[in-house]
Amino acid sequence: MRSDRGQSAPLGLKIAATVGLLFLHLPILLIFVYAFTTEEKSFVWPPPGLTTQWFAVTWNRPDVWQALSLSVRVAAISTAIALVLGTLCAAAVSRTRFFGRETISLLVILPIALPGIITGIALRSAFSLADIPFSFWTIVLGHATFCVVVVYNNAVARFRRTTGSMIEASMDLGADGFQTFRHVVLPNIATALLAGGMLAFALSFDEVIVTTFTAGQQQTVPIWMLEELIRPRQRPVTNVVAMVVVLVTLLPILLAYYLTRDGDQIAGSGK
Amino acid sequence: MTLTATQANPAPAILPGSGGLRGALSDLFWRRPQFLLLLMLVPPVLWLGIVYIGSLFALLLQSFFSIDEFSGLINREFTLKTYGDLLQAANLDIILRTVTMAALVTLASAIIAFPIAYYAARYARGRWKALFYLGVMLPLWSSYLVKIYAWKLILAKEGILTWLLAKLHLLWLLDGWLSLPVVGGNSLSVSATGTFIVFVYVWLPFMILPVQAALERVPGNLVEASSDLGASPGQTFRNVLFPLALPGIVAGSIFTFSLTLGDYIIPQIIGTSRLFIGQAVYSQQGTAGNIPLAAAFTVVPIVIMGFYLWGAKRMGAFDAL
Repeated sequence: MRSDRGQSAPLGLKIAATVGLLFLHLPILLIFVYAFTTEEKSFVWPPPGLTTQWFAVTWNRPDVWQALSLSVRVAAISTAIALVLGTLCAAAVSRTRFFGRETISLLVILPIALPGIITGIALRSAFSLADIPFSFWTIVLGHATFCVVVVYNNAVARFRRTTGSMIEASMDLGADGFQTFRHVVLPNIATALLAGGMLAFALSFDEVIVTTFTAGQQQTVPIWMLEELIRPRQRPVTNVVAMVVVLVTLLPILLAYYLTRDGDQIAGSGK
Repeated sequence: MTLTATQANPAPAILPGSGGLRGALSDLFWRRPQFLLLLMLVPPVLWLGIVYIGSLFALLLQSFFSIDEFSGLINREFTLKTYGDLLQAANLDIILRTVTMAALVTLASAIIAFPIAYYAARYARGRWKALFYLGVMLPLWSSYLVKIYAWKLILAKEGILTWLLAKLHLLWLLDGWLSLPVVGGNSLSVSATGTFIVFVYVWLPFMILPVQAALERVPGNLVEASSDLGASPGQTFRNVLFPLALPGIVAGSIFTFSLTLGDYIIPQIIGTSRLFIGQAVYSQQGTAGNIPLAAAFTVVPIVIMGFYLWGAKRMGAFDAL
């Protein structure tokens, strides 16, 4: 314990950890440089010149806006569905022990544990067996399914820390079930739900593998990018969109982190 | 009867119910917790059961259908013919290639992840700890396609890696590597090496987090005791740290292995024309229209992962998740 405190890491470990972290971050930073390059045809490094003209070009591209709008709508509705289903499931699993409880947690985790392509093709074959045409709602159906787990994980962790005696106390003081939920349970789990919702939104906004199977002709932002990666039309526009996507996903992640930060540290020290 | 009884009492110890439908429901939930439980479970279980498990069954069902080779229509009769097709040499080749890649990616991720996880678990404190956590979380949650795109920029023939190696006068090394038979190619972005690098990059955070979680539980004085007893750092690693970190590594490998098995986008964008399982599934169901064979193909990663999870569970990997 005593020497544990001020001890510093061996040099080799420091170098390996730093190199590892750089390996994780430098490629993403590179995207920011390429968004300003004047080069149109290739990925040449170093960029021959820097310009901001591609931001204007991207701004005036209707296909980019359509993809963005579809992605945001899908992510918003999937997140809403996932919030309801995930919270219900978490509440049920953490409050009581019942037969098949383990199966329920497995059921929730399965869509994200199995490779995305399996979820994707399973949904597609179900749609084709049931003669359901591809639409906005087929995308939402897939996204909501794998977003449930993110909300569920956050909510379950929070429920585990909220003590049941608070609910009983509220009931003893004369609140009915709905009042207890509104004034005791909800304030306790609100930040966890918000964090879960943010992560679910980011997950849905970024999802591509399942979406390729359930989208038909419509393009979400990731599908648009995939299309550009396979058959490039205007590379600088792709660069700009890539940069915007990084920024758009960054914010919910940082927010989710700050919302659950304190709680998670408490959970960590309790172990 | 009860009403008069309460009114007769001057100061009721129990408040009267709030009345109405709301009160009745609230009372019902309190008296019968099973009913509330049922009510809470029905929507998610219905959704996941119908949408997800239903779809999986639809998929499994399709793998027992076969395709009529002349008309291209799907013959909806039970047969094992499609599984027979799966065992053709070309398809076995795809499966073997994917599993080898998944194993190599898992190994490489574990090697790169360990120092980061160990530093974060043992030496990083306070602000640095948060920084390390975010440093792993941000790449984990960054857009998957953007990450692949970034590597397309890096690995391109005219890209930053070639430029860097040219500055360091190491181009001969790259050219030598690219001229090798299996791992090489025209440029890194169309070689198996490129595919491997991108897989490792994209799945690395999935390995770091569980390994770090496992290492957090190793008390620091255990490592000190080991060196006090005369073990060299290498011996301490082999006999103390590694066995304790192993469940975490296995937990992380579940992700790296499973994700590599099912991915079809990375090898499509950065890699050779040789197919992986995911690509085979995608092309079978898309251009070839052979959904039964595609379905049979997806059973392969499910079975492999089934065995993998079973083994992982025996090693206690789930406690590290």
